[in-house]
Amino acid sequence: MGRKRNLEKPKSGPGRKARKQSDPKLPRSLQEKKDIKELSHRQKQRLTKRIEKKRIRLEIQAKKLALKNKTKKETEEEKKIRDDDDDDDDDSIEVSSQEASESSEESETETCGANTKPLFDDEEDDSDDSEQVNNDEMQTDDSDDSEPMDDEVGESTDSSDDDDDVSDDHDNDNDDLLPIEKKAAKLHKKEKKDKELAELELQTNIKEMEKFVLPSGQEIEAESKLPPDLAVIQHRIREILHVLANFKERREPDRSRLDYLTLLRKDMCRYYNYNDFLMMKFMELFPQDIIEFLEANEVDRPVTIRTNTLKTRRRNLAQTLINRGVNLDPLGKWTKVGLVIYDSQVPIGATPEYLAGHYIIQGGSSLLPVMALAAQEKEMVLDMAAAPGGKTTHIAALMKNTGVLFANDFHKERLNAVVGNLHRMGITNTVICNYDGRQMKDVLSGFDRVLLDAPCSGTGVIAKDPGVKTSKNQEDIGRCANLQKELILSAIDCLNAESSTGGYLVYSTCSVLVEENECVVDFALKKRNVKLVPTGLEFGEDGYVNFQRHRFHPKMNLTKRFYPHTHNLDGFFVAKLKKFSNKIPGTDDKISDEQKKTEFKKDPNKNVTDSDDQVNGNSSDSDSPQLKKQKKKGLKKKNKKIGQMKKSGQKKKNILKKKKWKKK
Amino acid sequence: MRPLTDQECKVFFEKLSKYIGENIKQLLERQDGKYCFRFHKDRVYYCKEQLMKKAGHISRDHLLSFGTCFGKFTKTGKFRLHVTALDFLAPYAKFKIWLKPNAEQQFLYGNHVMKAGLGRITEGTPQFQGVVIYSMSDLPLGFGVAAKSTQECRHADPMATIAFHQADIGEYLRNEEKIT
Repeated sequence: MGRKRNLEKPKSGPGRKARKQSDPKLPRSLQEKKDIKELSHRQKQRLTKRIEKKRIRLEIQAKKLALKNKTKKETEEEKKIRDDDDDDDDDSIEVSSQEASESSEESETETCGANTKPLFDDEEDDSDDSEQVNNDEMQTDDSDDSEPMDDEVGESTDSSDDDDDVSDDHDNDNDDLLPIEKKAAKLHKKEKKDKELAELELQTNIKEMEKFVLPSGQEIEAESKLPPDLAVIQHRIREILHVLANFKERREPDRSRLDYLTLLRKDMCRYYNYNDFLMMKFMELFPQDIIEFLEANEVDRPVTIRTNTLKTRRRNLAQTLINRGVNLDPLGKWTKVGLVIYDSQVPIGATPEYLAGHYIIQGGSSLLPVMALAAQEKEMVLDMAAAPGGKTTHIAALMKNTGVLFANDFHKERLNAVVGNLHRMGITNTVICNYDGRQMKDVLSGFDRVLLDAPCSGTGVIAKDPGVKTSKNQEDIGRCANLQKELILSAIDCLNAESSTGGYLVYSTCSVLVEENECVVDFALKKRNVKLVPTGLEFGEDGYVNFQRHRFHPKMNLTKRFYPHTHNLDGFFVAKLKKFSNKIPGTDDKISDEQKKTEFKKDPNKNVTDSDDQVNGNSSDSDSPQLKKQKKKGLKKKNKKIGQMKKSGQKKKNILKKKKWKKK
Repeated sequence: MRPLTDQECKVFFEKLSKYIGENIKQLLERQDGKYCFRFHKDRVYYCKEQLMKKAGHISRDHLLSFGTCFGKFTKTGKFRLHVTALDFLAPYAKFKIWLKPNAEQQFLYGNHVMKAGLGRITEGTPQFQGVVIYSMSDLPLGFGVAAKSTQECRHADPMATIAFHQADIGEYLRNEEKIT
């Protein structure tokens, strides 16, 4: 058999060598995707079927509607004629364009609606301008009102139905128009429709963006009886915040800002479980980022540890802990001893390293006041509220176990932890005592540095203790602030202003409220010869100089505030004060003017007249009447004593003071 | 706060010498200043003289601790060393026991040291000698008393007790309230 040589195929093109490379083709991935996929053959078939079905459905609907309107008017004869026509036309089309099944359906529908009307004619043939149709048109004109109705029905069911459009067009201008005119009319109509659609869309959009409507008092009352629906509340909080962000434009005209704020506060109280008072305080403090703050309070701060530099180095500790399966990182650039623990396979508070005192678990914020204090070696330092000893051990480590450190706390049972921690960390330079901080100045004074981490309401550490959310009220805050003021005065009195290296007090709280922070420091500035100095902390937000009705000392911006949502630390406040004179301003005036003069002559250094001093000059007026009597009685005696006092220095003055109090 | 009486001194130093022998001298004569032992509320504290003087300002009731607590006198007049003394025993200890890593945990829960957990032991340790117990990475874990001499250890049963537990650093967690 062999192969046959294909002779019939004509040679095409040049030879192999001259073959031209085809034009480069973009790879499929780079090709622009067409908006509409090309349909396969079957799909196309199905599509045409679908369209046809839809069309028929619409026709039937239209028929029924039109029937209702017209049947009464139409005469029987006309009907007959039309029926004949319709039948003819329909049949022809159906045979040509449609499948058997559909045609059967069609015929059924026709039999059902035996009395048909113009719509059909229009569909089939534009050129078919018979007189009858015209007549029909004339008649239908009467029921013009109803026709647009039909249109609308069509639109509502399927807005993109071209068939309908076409039919409508012909309905209205079936008169003899030029094809171009028809087209124009068609176009007009389409435009109109587009416009309508656009408007509709716009309106729906506006509805979404529409002003948030505050629920009325009754609605809120009704809601408060039901269990809270957190999703609704959260949505409302977001809406109100949105409104408040641009209040002028987004508000409801008849509602005041106060209405919005009250509802916001109530909602946030319910959503985050705060009491009203605390929420009000927070809203004053964080007008912008209240939600961030509240959310940060729901999340725990990362676990952080501090390396005990007396026993190990951070690098070595990190290595050993990593070997135990701990995932950690340095805490930040601002500290050389802190490590943050991400996760751990072993309990981080019970490793042999922990027990051997190589580190202590301590919040990142607790490092800050100690860093601000910056205790030097061989100093005498007091930690006034020491428990549980995290900061105390840090101070001792900074002092390298030299000098003397006093750790005091009011609660004896909490001091057990201090004893344990100090021994575990190998600290030997510390005396642990249990006094009320307010009496500390009577026990011992002359410290180079004092750290007062005052007991506070704990509004900065809500993540740690959520009980604060509901348990604090105005009274508690007032009580705290009062205690803090007493403690800070006592702490200042413990300081020795003449110390060559020190004379510093660091005041810190884990509260964010102004009442417990700036107010207390401001109070101390007024009552004692202290001034604010920079804390030495590079980050954190400055303290408030003005806050609402408060006007603090202009240097209050040297204090530092830390927030959970901005620094991922506990809420914290740190202020560093330097005592520049051992005098207590208020008491000078009581002794007498004479002595004052002599004192000023003696040491001009002390003659630093601050604005604070002037303020304090008035405080002597507020003495109790008892004291005034005593003053008068003891004036002569005092004058004698003053003679002696001229020679002696500060110490004797203190003795005098004590005696005076004893008498009292 | 007061210095130890002669009787107390005798009992205390006797006890201490069981662990560090004549190294007690090192504790009293130090380069960095004078150190002393002081008696306060049945306990013996070890601190710098300067610190002791400062602590003297604090009244007896309000003073909880100063320097390092070494231990306490029992009601029967014996002295019991506390784990807090470990920092000063470990550097001067004459006889030591090292534990295998898997035995560390056992010991830190307050159990005796068994032969199975024994990593290393100082040569020539006599029976009933005070020993400081280390982990294999030289981390002092506590102290106790050798139940067997080094010689006996070699032939001991794996479950046999090598050292009796006296104090361990796990106590910082187990009974923080009674640490001193």
